[in-house]
Amino acid sequence: MAAPSDSERYAVATQWQLTWWRFRRHKLAMVSLVVVVLFYLLAVSADFLATSDPHETDARTSYIAPQPIHLFDDGAFRPYTYGLKGVRDVKTFKLIYTLDTSRKVYVEFFARGYRYSFLGIETDLHLLGLKDAGKGDGIHLLGTDLLGRDLWSRLMVATRVSLTIGLVGVSISLFLGVLLGGVSAIYGGWVDTVIQRGIEVVRSMPTIPLWLGLAAALPNDWSVTQIYFAITIIISLLAWTDLARVVRGKFLSLREEEFVMAAELAGAGQTRIIFHHMLPSFASHIIAAVSLALPAMIISETSLSFLGLGLRPPAISWGILLQDAQNIQTLALAPWLLFSAVPVILVILAFNFLGDGLRDAADPYG
Amino acid sequence: MIAFVVRRFLLGLFTVWLISVASFTIIQLPPGDFVDAYIAQLAASGSPVSATEADMLRKLYGLGQPMYVQYGKWISRVVTGDFGESMEWRRPVTEVIGDRIWLTLLLSFAALLITWGLALPIGIYSAVRQYSFGDYAFTLLGFVGIAVPNFLLALIIMYFSFKLFGANVGGLFSSEMTIQPWSWAKAWDLAKHLPLPAVILALAGTAQLIRIMRANLLDELRKPYVVTARAKGLSETRVILKYPVRAALNPFASNIAYLFPFLVSGSVIISIVLGLPTVGPLLVKALVAQDMFLAGTIVLLLGVMTVVGTFISDLVLMWVDPRIRHQMD
Repeated sequence: MAAPSDSERYAVATQWQLTWWRFRRHKLAMVSLVVVVLFYLLAVSADFLATSDPHETDARTSYIAPQPIHLFDDGAFRPYTYGLKGVRDVKTFKLIYTLDTSRKVYVEFFARGYRYSFLGIETDLHLLGLKDAGKGDGIHLLGTDLLGRDLWSRLMVATRVSLTIGLVGVSISLFLGVLLGGVSAIYGGWVDTVIQRGIEVVRSMPTIPLWLGLAAALPNDWSVTQIYFAITIIISLLAWTDLARVVRGKFLSLREEEFVMAAELAGAGQTRIIFHHMLPSFASHIIAAVSLALPAMIISETSLSFLGLGLRPPAISWGILLQDAQNIQTLALAPWLLFSAVPVILVILAFNFLGDGLRDAADPYG
Repeated sequence: MIAFVVRRFLLGLFTVWLISVASFTIIQLPPGDFVDAYIAQLAASGSPVSATEADMLRKLYGLGQPMYVQYGKWISRVVTGDFGESMEWRRPVTEVIGDRIWLTLLLSFAALLITWGLALPIGIYSAVRQYSFGDYAFTLLGFVGIAVPNFLLALIIMYFSFKLFGANVGGLFSSEMTIQPWSWAKAWDLAKHLPLPAVILALAGTAQLIRIMRANLLDELRKPYVVTARAKGLSETRVILKYPVRAALNPFASNIAYLFPFLVSGSVIISIVLGLPTVGPLLVKALVAQDMFLAGTIVLLLGVMTVVGTFISDLVLMWVDPRIRHQMD
């Protein structure tokens, strides 16, 4: 039998296949998909990629500039970096630690470091480590902060926290949005009016002042995890309105479609029509809306934490890292602290492009 | 049309009420009643409050009575303009806020004007010259506007202006003008400082509006009536501006209702980064210090401001779009 031609393949393809084909044509969205997946992989293996304990402070390594790794030593592949030495400042008599270029410390792959738990397995394996490191020596790929904590390691862990907060938050918003949007569309009448006016009211509130107020009221003695969930809920409480509108709009337009009427005439019950016939056709729209809602969530958390009213140290998130870079004095002294902005911008851009691509592909028959 | 205005007005009132409840909740949230906190604060700073004074305060705010009674007492004082006292500053809240609320309004409004002023021509340009170099350039700029949270943009601009020009871009006044009373010179000084923060604040909204405007206008330009207009020999400017742009403006205008809350929210954050004398930094300080009357009042005022702004933009929408004006009759 001959291979089916393109048009034949198109005719028998399922909706998801069509969506995927159309999505694949959107180059920028494909690249973004890869970026997003990489970021989530990085989030999963954050501890493995970290080079030192992100919570460990060391006065000696305060504000060390990003430390390059030299790949070749005497022509052979043998990555090394420099050790640390203390120099007494002649004016202030303060001990200042700088890189000691006379002492090479070799980099080791799959080294042993601080202990952490990976998917329930206790381990101390890290991608990079130092062989025969002296006290204070370390690989500071992105430099260190005021308390001498390694920015690279902190950034890895922060990525995990900030990305998962977005996911959890979006799940809550999605639940509220689908529930209220669906109810609004199915029941109509005064229920619809109340929910729609409610959405308008929520959307016309200035969100940040309200978030700030609610976040500031969280008890000081709550644990990091409790604060994490509270902040997630606060953020998602005001973000569900867009999703609700998408769901309601799609629901109303699909209800008029012939295939829904056909199902009705064939005697299908309401639940079956909704879940078996209608849901698959607007699931792709919901996915697109979700991928556009995620970056907004991430920005919200970052902003709140940046202002000191979101997650609180010792938790680490992008916002908390950026908080260290808040004033110009610090930035002039340690400009590398601003590097934390790079993953924020990358992820938000990637999610936006991804969402755009998904939205275009969501309706493959259009 | 009148029905539309009345409905919008009622919805606005309802929103204000909800915001007042939220503000009151924020005031109530910290553990213990706020008179306890107030007394503790005053005692700590060396001016103890007598028991009778404390009782008077408790009575004034109806503490110990049901929540709705407390809310009623609070709101009836607020309506007369009495917002209580700031614990941290030991002065009436209205005095502490002072000019700041107007500067917040000014900043948000300036950002709104910039958003409009930029998004409209750029949106039209991008649609008419689709896939041109300029279109791509603006699209790229638009994505940057969306991807960089405005506080981050403020940080980055601050860093580079410090690094390259050695200038501190923060503030709304030059240092010698800050404490002066209002005068023309001070207003001019403000006018010189306002554009940068306003542009930073406006960028994200502008980026979104450009995309909406571009997409809408592209849809309109493909319609047959445009071809007809062109076939009849209308000049290209007229073909584009007369009908397609007006039709594309509708969703553009309806988005403004949500743009204003967005800008007011954003102003809080960038004010903190850039050190602007708006209510933003005051709000965060008040929340951290649990100075609840001050914090609650600011949330309330910002909320009311937003609702008024939204209402005005609804009226603008009605004026722009005859479909709404006539349908509502």
